[in-house]
Amino acid sequence: MEAIAPTTRVVQGPSLRQRLAARGFDAVTLLVVPAAVFSLLLFVYPFAFGFILSFEPKNGGWLANYQRFFSDSYLYDTIANTLLLSVPVTLLNLLFAVPVSFRVRLMRRQRLLTTILVLPITLGTVLVAEGLLNYLGPQGWFNRTLVALGLIDQPLRLVHNYWGVFASLVITGFPFTFLLTLSYVTGIDPALEQAAATLGASAWQRFVHVYLPLLMPGFAITFCLSFVQAFSVFPSAVLLGEPAGSTRVISIAAYQAAFEEYDYSMASAVAMIMGFVQLAIVVLVLASRGLFYRGPASGAKG
Amino acid sequence: MTIALSQFGEVRLDRVSREFGALNALRDVSLTIQRREFIALLGPSGCGKSTTLNCIAGLLPVTGGAIWLDKNRIDTLRPEERGFGMVFQNYALFPHLNVRQNIGFGLKMRGMPKAEIDRKVNEALGLVRLQGQENKLPGQLSGGQQQRVAIARAIVIEPPLVLMDEPLSNLDAKLRLEMRAEIRRIHNELGATTIYVTHDQDEALSLADRIVVLRDGVVRQVGTPKELYEAPAHLDVAEFMGFRNRLKGTVVSVENGRALLDVEGSRISGVARENLSVGSTAYAAIRPDDLVLGEAGGNALKVKVDTIEYRGREFVGTAHSEGGLDFVFRSHQPVDLGSTVHLQADDQRVLVFAEPIKGRR
Repeated sequence: MEAIAPTTRVVQGPSLRQRLAARGFDAVTLLVVPAAVFSLLLFVYPFAFGFILSFEPKNGGWLANYQRFFSDSYLYDTIANTLLLSVPVTLLNLLFAVPVSFRVRLMRRQRLLTTILVLPITLGTVLVAEGLLNYLGPQGWFNRTLVALGLIDQPLRLVHNYWGVFASLVITGFPFTFLLTLSYVTGIDPALEQAAATLGASAWQRFVHVYLPLLMPGFAITFCLSFVQAFSVFPSAVLLGEPAGSTRVISIAAYQAAFEEYDYSMASAVAMIMGFVQLAIVVLVLASRGLFYRGPASGAKG
Repeated sequence: MTIALSQFGEVRLDRVSREFGALNALRDVSLTIQRREFIALLGPSGCGKSTTLNCIAGLLPVTGGAIWLDKNRIDTLRPEERGFGMVFQNYALFPHLNVRQNIGFGLKMRGMPKAEIDRKVNEALGLVRLQGQENKLPGQLSGGQQQRVAIARAIVIEPPLVLMDEPLSNLDAKLRLEMRAEIRRIHNELGATTIYVTHDQDEALSLADRIVVLRDGVVRQVGTPKELYEAPAHLDVAEFMGFRNRLKGTVVSVENGRALLDVEGSRISGVARENLSVGSTAYAAIRPDDLVLGEAGGNALKVKVDTIEYRGREFVGTAHSEGGLDFVFRSHQPVDLGSTVHLQADDQRVLVFAEPIKGRR
């Protein structure tokens, strides 16, 4: 029998389909289409619309809205007011979430505790706000207990000011921060801590030298997501705070521009500024991750 | 060599027990380890060998008994206070620290001056032959190199005791042999007292000065590799030491340390390793090496050949008897599949054990 030799030379290269597939475009790519359409219609278009709208003020030049915002302290103070609420709240939530996660990580029946901790998310901010109004109010249980115990003479003013909103943001923000933190903490190989212990590291040293450096990138992400949530606070700032004073947050300014002055262009400008401030903080925090190790948090291959 | 291991006499486990709820993972384990000794804890998975190691390291509290380092009771100390170097199965290297920082971690925790840390780390790097790799992160190293870092990190703190938990189980076969020799070499150079957990009897036989065989949380036998290999005390230890053929039979007679069994109508004679009474059930244990083709009659059984594998120097076959006993044997010539042959064993090479007591759980 004759040996089979490759007599026909391959003239054509790979087909267009093969070449596209090699670059990552194949039929599976079509699965992205619904999501792309969705985000185009519900995010990209409104955003672009609002962006352009913000440069078409009712009167004055194309930057008039922005000039007005940054020259009126009643408006530009809202940035500081919002940051003063959202940054401390986010940091406090993170600070609470870390020890709780470290404890929950070791527990057998995590599910039950996690469910209890996550409950506030499902209640919604308005219900929490109404509850706090009663609970923390001058005639609420909290003040009455403190008075009864003789710790204070006069009820503390805890609602319709900064602290009311603060408490509400902590309650509704904590579960979210906690869940994220827990997932990062449990992602670290427990053998690393054991290894550090056998090498003579005390519990504090193990946290500082092993856990903390490995958790920092995760904490940065957690901070960003929790921060963005707290920054867009609206219902509790109105219901529990003093919406004309210390808790006049930026979303209230946007609301007033849109629905009290009917100036959608100004409202869009406020929204753009709000977005820019969030973006600036998020970029800053995420960029700081570069200072830390970001690889896998287990003992490498194993 | 300035990595000097701290001076002590012995580590003593005194009836150490560990319970997990209703499960007794360890029951009254007593063991004395002399300075410079290399001890292997050997046993199948779930036998309690890793539990023993974790109890010694302090990663698991004991629920009974005590552990002593000379005259000091240490089972009440936290792991960081015991200062034993430990090599973990997955190495547990700190992924965010480079090789130098990983090895120096324990010294840094002790507050040692930086210059001295550097000097000791350099020495440890030399000992495990990792010079030139000190600035790499663990993720950039091969499995064998990670293993070396883990060993260096454990010994640089100059611990009285080095604990190794199946350190070679994540490596491929070739690297495993290479690292086994390395561990041997490092032990010879430093003389570090070592407890080494493994389920691989070859590793235990080649590395250890003494082997402790555990099963169901109980010490079954302690001895030198030679003692265990040649004279296992129980059937389960024998099986672990390569006695793959176990022939169930009835004791016909016991005389002068020799037992005669009735196995499916044939007479098998061997060395009695446990107390046997005439008429009771017993097992004859034979290594595949000692089971060869022979004639009917003298210490032989009739079997049918099931498989035959070519292994270069010899053939390894499996067979079964009419009564359903399975056999593994060696042969220098090929044997036809399905043929009926007689397998024979020298009666000096057959060990006879009593029926094992069912493990308590």
